[in-house]
Amino acid sequence: MDSGLLREYLPILIFLALAIGLAGLMILASVIAARQRPDSEKLAAYECGFDAFDDARRKFDVRFYLVAILFIIFDLEVAFLFPWAASLSQIGLFGFWSMIVFLAVLTVGFVYEWKKGALEWE
Amino acid sequence: MIIQALAFYLFSTVLIAAAVMVISARNPVHSVLFLILAFFNAAGLFVLMGAEFLAMILVVVYVGAVAVLFLFVVMMLDIDFSALRQGFLRYAPIGGLVGIVLLVELMWMATVWAVAPGASEVGVARMPAAAQIPNTQALGLVLYTRYVYVFQAAGLVLLVAMIGAIVLTLRQREGVRRQDIARQISRPRERSVELVKMPPRAGV
Repeated sequence: MDSGLLREYLPILIFLALAIGLAGLMILASVIAARQRPDSEKLAAYECGFDAFDDARRKFDVRFYLVAILFIIFDLEVAFLFPWAASLSQIGLFGFWSMIVFLAVLTVGFVYEWKKGALEWE
Repeated sequence: MIIQALAFYLFSTVLIAAAVMVISARNPVHSVLFLILAFFNAAGLFVLMGAEFLAMILVVVYVGAVAVLFLFVVMMLDIDFSALRQGFLRYAPIGGLVGIVLLVELMWMATVWAVAPGASEVGVARMPAAAQIPNTQALGLVLYTRYVYVFQAAGLVLLVAMIGAIVLTLRQREGVRRQDIARQISRPRERSVELVKMPPRAGV
């Protein structure tokens, strides 16, 4: 593969290795250097409070899901815009209008969601 | 080049290990976190292949959005996962059988599959060399003109997903008081203030 491209990514790889190494070092140092005195009382609930370690899964409102899925859809729409913007000078009028039609289709959905009140949080 | 090979083996090893953990972790939330790790390593492999745009989209869309959706689904489903695993041993032979059939089919295809002469050149010819043109631009050159129907179909799929999500999950609640500024400020004085003449010592 093209090595010039990969050379540009080499710093990221080095940063990644440093980050992983540093994180591992910190965990290792805390195991070695810190005093370890395990006690069952440390894990118990404080007086009548909540359990310290509990199941994180809890049911919540489905509206969060709606917000997330609407976010994904517009995220993908923006993702399609990047190659279009990069090549707009070469794909001509047809490519331009092809994207406009794509955006128009999604705008129909956007108007629908606005009118339905899916963007309001009450 | 040796760094490239090292990075490839590192990414693919972590990817496969994370993928195994996705299906074997006891806590489904941990499965989703391992899935995110797998996505990151797949993005690294994409970069090694020179497909930077796909790598970034994988991180932005899959790690940023799809993984969050998976977490939501895992949190929202009120399923006792330990009860689901009760029948594991009972169904293991059937599952194993299906897996073996799939594996045999895949190996069959890999050994028997014959590529027509010249078929690989057709794919290569359409792909510009990575050194000549940036990855994102190369995608844009074909996506909006040559593959316009697929592109528009993607737009329609997104539209259907949007409308489907709204139809399935949107509930209007009763008795919610909203602020409607236009209605509030257009309220005339006569409707909001009433002057009442009261005779003294008469009471209401």
